[in-house]
Amino acid sequence: MGLDEFFVTGEPLIYAGMVAITLVSGAIIFLLTYFKKWKWLWREWLTTVDHKRIGIMYILSALAMLFRAGSDALMMRTQLAFPDMNFLNAQHYNEIFTTHGTIMIFFMAMPFLIGLMNIVVPQQIGARDFAFPYLNALSFWSFFFGAMLFNVSFVIGGAPDAGWTSYTPLAGDIMSQGPGQNFYLLALQLSGIGTLATGINLMVTILKMRAPGMTLFKMPIFTWSTFITMFIIVFAFPILTIALALMTIDRIFGSHFFTLAGEGLPMMWANLFWMWGHPEVYIVILPAFGIFSEVIATFARKRLFGYTVMVWSIILIAGLSFLVWVHHFFTMGAGAFVNSIFSVTTMAIAIPTGVKIFNWLATLYKSRIRTTTAMMWALAFIPSFTIGGITGVMLGMAAADYQFHNSYFLIAHFHYVLIAGTVFGCFAGLVYWYPKMFGHKLNERIGKWAFWLFVIGFHICFLPQYFLGLDGMPRRVFHIVPEWFNLNVISTIGAFGMGLGFAVFVYNIYYSYRYSEREQTGDPWDGRTLEWATPTPVPEYNFAVVPHVKEHDAYWDMKQKGETIYDESKVEPIHMPNSTGQPFIMSAIMFFASFALVFEWIWLAVAGLVTILVTMGIRSFDYDEGRHIDVEEIKQTERSARGL
Amino acid sequence: MSAHEENTTPLEYQTEDAQMNILGFWIFLAAEMALFGTLFATYAVLFGRTADAPAPMELFEPGTTLVMTLILLTSSFTCGIAVHEMRRGARKSMMTWLTITLALGLSFLGFEIYEFYHYASEGASLQSSAYWSAFFILAGTHGVHVTFGIGWMILLLMQLAQRGITSITSRKIFIIGLYWHFLDVIWIFIFTGVYLIGMVV
Repeated sequence: MGLDEFFVTGEPLIYAGMVAITLVSGAIIFLLTYFKKWKWLWREWLTTVDHKRIGIMYILSALAMLFRAGSDALMMRTQLAFPDMNFLNAQHYNEIFTTHGTIMIFFMAMPFLIGLMNIVVPQQIGARDFAFPYLNALSFWSFFFGAMLFNVSFVIGGAPDAGWTSYTPLAGDIMSQGPGQNFYLLALQLSGIGTLATGINLMVTILKMRAPGMTLFKMPIFTWSTFITMFIIVFAFPILTIALALMTIDRIFGSHFFTLAGEGLPMMWANLFWMWGHPEVYIVILPAFGIFSEVIATFARKRLFGYTVMVWSIILIAGLSFLVWVHHFFTMGAGAFVNSIFSVTTMAIAIPTGVKIFNWLATLYKSRIRTTTAMMWALAFIPSFTIGGITGVMLGMAAADYQFHNSYFLIAHFHYVLIAGTVFGCFAGLVYWYPKMFGHKLNERIGKWAFWLFVIGFHICFLPQYFLGLDGMPRRVFHIVPEWFNLNVISTIGAFGMGLGFAVFVYNIYYSYRYSEREQTGDPWDGRTLEWATPTPVPEYNFAVVPHVKEHDAYWDMKQKGETIYDESKVEPIHMPNSTGQPFIMSAIMFFASFALVFEWIWLAVAGLVTILVTMGIRSFDYDEGRHIDVEEIKQTERSARGL
Repeated sequence: MSAHEENTTPLEYQTEDAQMNILGFWIFLAAEMALFGTLFATYAVLFGRTADAPAPMELFEPGTTLVMTLILLTSSFTCGIAVHEMRRGARKSMMTWLTITLALGLSFLGFEIYEFYHYASEGASLQSSAYWSAFFILAGTHGVHVTFGIGWMILLLMQLAQRGITSITSRKIFIIGLYWHFLDVIWIFIFTGVYLIGMVV
């Protein structure tokens, strides 16, 4: 294989990408060396098993991925702004919409939410860490290296171009030659391992590590939504694992699961993909529901209305999420009876979702609302998401779907639920928990600028697409005809508005780091749940004394009764896990093994696999039992953090 | 009262850490059920799609698979005895029973490799048709799990030799016991759903 086959050549945009990657990596290496930060980076971050730091790394990676996939989106919108644009060619356009979808779902939405869960869930339940801190670090690094593997594809080997759903036979080795599709399969496999491990980890954490007195129905709602999401992950991700593995074996080892030859069934892929893929939709929306519930209850200064019903509706949505996958391909010949069944189950999801909407509204009713930035994201979510939900019910009618499917109506629908639900939720959660993470608030004024730019841009971008869809504009086309010009140009303007909003959001992080007032109390929003009981910066052990929970909204209850959770006389030595570089190293080896398999260098991949097994064996002999933080140290940390 | 309780709790459950590990492993097994469930579903859908390759009826041998089944069932039994011996604190006898389990697992694998080789030489391989792809991947995934379990068990035997029965090693042994029984359950489904049905239909 020559170098010209290894690197992608012939595209000015990709050359620019290569230059950008080289410059950025060079700058990072230079800065780390210049400020002598390599040791700091390794000891404080790359080897950490602290759930709060891992959460921050998740969120940073997710923001970087939001930038990358957002740039993809802007390139697509530029290409579609005017009829017969020649900004991108057909092949490049295919690659860009594939990577946009894949990265947004796998490497932006999920890691962002998992990052917030990492930081918040142990603190909300009064725990000191995850059940398995080592495994948590491994989860993060396998996600991170999976994301990197996917991202190198556009400069090395070539990006996948068969859509984020990668339908066979198009994604098979006959119609998609070269390494692009392999990058998709192995990158998702690698990061999927981490996601499954997180699912198990958080389930055990929530089941076993709650503070005394916190029964299941006294758990904060975000923890509940996390718990149910982890159920979905544990049962849905193995399906993806198998689907990806079967397609990999089809492509690399010549089996016939999804081929047209050898009596394979290409439709099997669509079924397997969506049996995972539909639950995945709820994996990225239920945690966002949890965030909105927390934010709305805090800033409406009221207990969440209908807490129990909220929990049960999350459970019901999770159950139904497994029963609707065929609605993704009503038109692929399943027949009227099957379509009817899946049409009914699909529309049934609107019922518990509607219940939640009414509960949020009832929480706001007759409350004293504080319109902070986080609250504004939550308030904007309710009407925007409802538009997305209702058009979803329209798509759920099998007969009508024959008209809407594969059109921009569908594009508008799922962006309305995924952006107004998940992305608004991620932003609301980041702004809300930011003081807990970094010890200062994000600037409210700049935050509101980002909010308005993003939200107005969002509606300008996606509302026209409903009408474009009804006008017959199909998705995945790279040229538009003059009839679709007006609405497309409006949509593109909106997209750039969102881009600007994101830029302002990121600028706000820099600005607040420089100028925001440092947080003293640890409870900047007058919060209701236990994460606000810890001082800021949060000590690595979270709670010096494990709190006893009596009521729902435990911290609010304590504040009303004038109790504090910290009692110096009750401090005991705390057991904490040691930092370790193993998760990072193991994931790096998996990265290289997967990279070898992408290029079908079988022996190198086998060597990588053997190395992974050997490192697992070494890990098996590792009886590191952690260390204890002694009482004096805890007292000192608490005194300085609490300003005593 | 509390002393009495401590005595009745098995060693592997005595620390909070171990309890969490065991619960986590049960959840992992639930994920494994979803994984094998997907493979079984794939197999069922692709059943009969043999293209030009031989049909399963022509190749499956009742004798071999029955022997394999007996070997694996016995290994689950011996693994159970090992855990029983662990609770009695009898390290030597426990290691003996684990070694027997290991040997049975290895002989099972030997049969499976022979079987796969035999089918391939008769013209039924991973590349022959959709049905055979599904067969080899389903049975093969089980085989890979058995192989992994054997490697794991060897490592645990070494740790037992070094450290004896502690709260950590006993937890590890208990967990690999769960894993091993789980593989047995999966095999029962393969034996009935794949081999018995394949020999008749």
